[in-house]
Amino acid sequence: MTAPHGFSVSRYAPERGTLAKLAARDSVVRRLDWPILLSALALSFIGALLVWSATRGRTELNNGDPYYFLFRHVLNTGIGVALMIGTIWLGHRTLRGAVPVLYGLSIVLILAVLTPLGATINGAHAWIVVGGGFSLQPSEFVKITIILVMAMLLAAKVDAGDQIHPDHRTVAKALTLAALPMGIVMLMPDLGSVMVMAVIVLGVLLASGASNRWVLGLIGAGIGGAVLVTALGMLDEYQINRFAAFANPDLDPAGVGYNTNQARIAIGSGGLLGAGLFKGSQTTGQFVPEQQTDFVFTVAGEELGFVGAGLILVLLGVVLWRACRIARETTELYGTVVAAGIIAWFAFQSFENIGMTLGIMPVAGLPLPFVSYGGSSMFAVWVAIGLLQSIRVQRPMTA
Amino acid sequence: MSNIPETGRTPRVQIRLVVIQILVFSLLLTLGGRLWYLQIRNGKEYTDEAKNNHVQQVVQPAVRGSLLDARGVPLADNETRLVVSASRTDLMKMKDRGKTVLTRLAGVLDMKPDEVINKIRLCDSKTPKPCWNGSPYQPIPVTDEATTQQALQIRERAEDFPGITAEPTAVRRYPAPGKSRTSQVLGYLSPVTDAEIEKAKDTDSPFLRSDQIGRSGLERTYDKELRGKAGVTRYEVDNLGRVIGQAKNDPAIPGSNVVTSIDARVQAVAEWELHNAMVEARKVHDKNTSENYKADSGAVVVMENKTGRIVAMASQPDYDPNAWVGGISAKDYAALTGKDSNFPLLNRAIQGQAAPGSIFKVIPTTAAVNAGYDFNGRYPCPSSYSIGNQVFKNFESQGHGSITLGQALEVSCDTVYYALSHQQWQKDGGMKPKKNANDWFYKTAHQFGLGAETGIDLPNEVTGRVPDRKWKQDFWADNKDYWCRIGKKGGTYVQQLSYENCLEGNLMRAGDSVNYSIGQGDTLVTPIQMATIYAAIANGGTLWNPTVGKAIVSPDGKKVTEIKPTSHGKLPMDTKTQALIEEALAGVATRGTAAWRFGGWPQDKIPMHAKTGTAEVYGKQTTSWFATYTKDYAIVMTIAQGGTGSGASGPAVRNIYDALYGLDDAGNQDLKRALLPQPQKSLPKIETDGSIDAPKIKPYDPEIGKIDPNAPPKAPDDTPQADPDKPDQQELAGPPAAWRRD
Repeated sequence: MTAPHGFSVSRYAPERGTLAKLAARDSVVRRLDWPILLSALALSFIGALLVWSATRGRTELNNGDPYYFLFRHVLNTGIGVALMIGTIWLGHRTLRGAVPVLYGLSIVLILAVLTPLGATINGAHAWIVVGGGFSLQPSEFVKITIILVMAMLLAAKVDAGDQIHPDHRTVAKALTLAALPMGIVMLMPDLGSVMVMAVIVLGVLLASGASNRWVLGLIGAGIGGAVLVTALGMLDEYQINRFAAFANPDLDPAGVGYNTNQARIAIGSGGLLGAGLFKGSQTTGQFVPEQQTDFVFTVAGEELGFVGAGLILVLLGVVLWRACRIARETTELYGTVVAAGIIAWFAFQSFENIGMTLGIMPVAGLPLPFVSYGGSSMFAVWVAIGLLQSIRVQRPMTA
Repeated sequence: MSNIPETGRTPRVQIRLVVIQILVFSLLLTLGGRLWYLQIRNGKEYTDEAKNNHVQQVVQPAVRGSLLDARGVPLADNETRLVVSASRTDLMKMKDRGKTVLTRLAGVLDMKPDEVINKIRLCDSKTPKPCWNGSPYQPIPVTDEATTQQALQIRERAEDFPGITAEPTAVRRYPAPGKSRTSQVLGYLSPVTDAEIEKAKDTDSPFLRSDQIGRSGLERTYDKELRGKAGVTRYEVDNLGRVIGQAKNDPAIPGSNVVTSIDARVQAVAEWELHNAMVEARKVHDKNTSENYKADSGAVVVMENKTGRIVAMASQPDYDPNAWVGGISAKDYAALTGKDSNFPLLNRAIQGQAAPGSIFKVIPTTAAVNAGYDFNGRYPCPSSYSIGNQVFKNFESQGHGSITLGQALEVSCDTVYYALSHQQWQKDGGMKPKKNANDWFYKTAHQFGLGAETGIDLPNEVTGRVPDRKWKQDFWADNKDYWCRIGKKGGTYVQQLSYENCLEGNLMRAGDSVNYSIGQGDTLVTPIQMATIYAAIANGGTLWNPTVGKAIVSPDGKKVTEIKPTSHGKLPMDTKTQALIEEALAGVATRGTAAWRFGGWPQDKIPMHAKTGTAEVYGKQTTSWFATYTKDYAIVMTIAQGGTGSGASGPAVRNIYDALYGLDDAGNQDLKRALLPQPQKSLPKIETDGSIDAPKIKPYDPEIGKIDPNAPPKAPDDTPQADPDKPDQQELAGPPAAWRRD
């Protein structure tokens, strides 16, 4: 672009600087999906308030600093946004080349969890303590890796125009590559993450256009496996009770049942407008365990009421709706598959997390994207937003 | 233009993307619906549940009101002890769960650290005592005997003792002014039971687990007034029970004071004299049983005639009510309630019942007049009265010729009453009673209030018994199986009696009505009933419900609610009969069976009326009864297995009157010494700060009225002039005859 003829603005105005470039009609900034970005930022902001409310009285966790978790959550969000920008800058296509490296790195990290480097937090041996109060949950990043590695394999020949749909060999290969890290995560055991990964795999397969047989077979295998495990009595009664306690808290009144019960009381007592931030008695009284992480939604329910909790659902809806649009509108299958994997991930993890606080899903240790406190999760979801933006930015302009 | 770009992708993928989108939004809608259901539709339910989660009540006990005597002398009050308490909620917040603080506290209190730690642990099935059985949110007392020094140390170094308080706390005390214990009348407190806590849980005055409530006596009757209202602070707590806010605070309202009609000085005299009379009776030989009298229990009641208020009420054996304070020990409890204890908790003035013997005779006298006999008619008083082959002897088989009913009262002639009662029995149809039998002798007893509670404001009063036809029928129905089993014709006394009872125990036999007429047989009365009756004779016929409580006064003295006496009937006698009976009872005191105990009594100034009674009890020694009254007071004393009425109880009753009126042995009155020449009318003044200007009380000195403590009662010389018409009365009035039947 040049200045208009016969009239030079250069003397009066500076050369188009970085800001102006970013504001240009065809610039990356203008082509970003702003609804998705703003919604994700809003969710992270609400999350910061909720995490703050849930932790400012928990002296045993915050070492007497009521702002400790608030600060860390904001910091995590900042790092997350930076990771998103980095991802957009690199571009999902560039990342495609790095997938084998990322995959290998992921396997190493989750294997490291199984070594003495790993730490158990809340019953899941899923963490690597980095030091300085930081710890890493590699399974969060594995979710991205699985999406990328499967998308790379399944879309390669289709995008090259060699196939209309991925053939059986490709699908089998992709599934095998996904199954390896899932198996390791299962050993941790971090069943919640495995569940999410299974849904991701399903979403990826669906979007890739893989044969119906694969999709139905996968669903069938999941149901069959669950039935088999129950029928063969591989689970103890207490494990089944734990699982079923979300529906009937009396089955495990001291454990999961207590959580669900208190969570339901917290949310139910919020009413339309809630008790007001910092004013919820369930939250102030710390009746709900893990309230800044897995049960963060209960703070919203109690203190912000139906209006506030509903807003979280709406914002998640915006993110998912825009993600679906991105999946549909991108020209190459690779982008569509990555977007579909992210949609499956966000949708299922949100549904499971909120569903368990509402007593309609079994309790599993999964964070609510953007809202829950936790660095690894925060970084992973923002990288995912970066991938979505990259898919949107790098698709050819249709206008 | 379609917003689906030309991607060159197959419809399969496009359709699947739409399916994914639909699935995703279905999930979100599900969550939204469920959220609405929980928060809007059922929100109220969860709000209530959340409230229960968070609110804990802490109760501050109200200071219990005092029981005061008629002049304001405390009979039961509270003393302040320094109680050191530990707040469990504060201690549990500390890193070592308060161990350092408690160890430091143990050092100050000269206790072992373990001792202190054990006191604040919570009781459960596995925890041995000591442990805390109350609410964990309540400050837990570590000791109630801290010295001022210790309390100061704790308070001055508050930073070293977080969660520890040293507060003066009110503890019940029975100070026994002038050595008047007033044990059974005051009653006692004991901890609430779980059932009571549960019952009061949702009322406006919930119990603390550490609460005490009145179990007997005035403490029980006026428990509600005395207790006041405990303060309740509702705290919001977190999941570990830590306090995070204060929701509501109702301050404690101290209990009201109850002013009684008891005069502690008179009470002290009554208690000392009753006890002394029993001690003296045990020195007297009983020729019937060939051993000394056992005098195992007794009671005395001093009542105001015109109101029925109780000035003094003593029951022996008694006990120190302070034994109950701070929890009674197992040893003390056994001593008060065990099989060998002789049951000192019983207030025998209202819970002891016995055959009244001759103090009953005012009732058959009234019955005879009401049945149509002339009071001043002439009735034979032979030495014995025969029905068939049964012979009913007069006392000592004495005969007195032909006498009036008044004289029959004075000399306590049994045979006059035998004959009258027997005649009425025959008139009523004998063994086959008429449908509308008059039953004058039984009806009159009921009209005098016997066989029913007097309604005194003390719990668990007993009714006594009028052995009328209905009672006989009921009693027989209850016992005939037993009687018929053990009864044997011509066997031992008991077997023979059971045999007869089995056959016709449901019927009023001639012998029954004869025995009944002199207050023997199955007749039972309580001392309070007899005091009520004699007070009624004195006051013109009103049977007052006796009262000990006189007024309820608020802690600041501003609100005074007087307890007005109520009556439960009038005596069934006209004024003429009453005057004649009064004259006869005065005669008993001046020339009859009680005269030898009232030598030197200023009868012209303070007219004395009396009736003595010596009731026979099968298998036991005789019961001594003495019923007396002046214009203002009635005094009834009884001693079980104590001997005769005037013999065992006479001197004690006389000494109580002497103390009331300030008399010496010779009958000289010294009003300065008189404790209560007139009943106490005014109420004591309670200041707004709750203090009471009560007079100081000196213990009773039994020697004070004695002119010569060594001189024996001057009975023979003082025997009044006999009725000129009846020279043989002189003998009756004469002492000493401790064994004599009145």
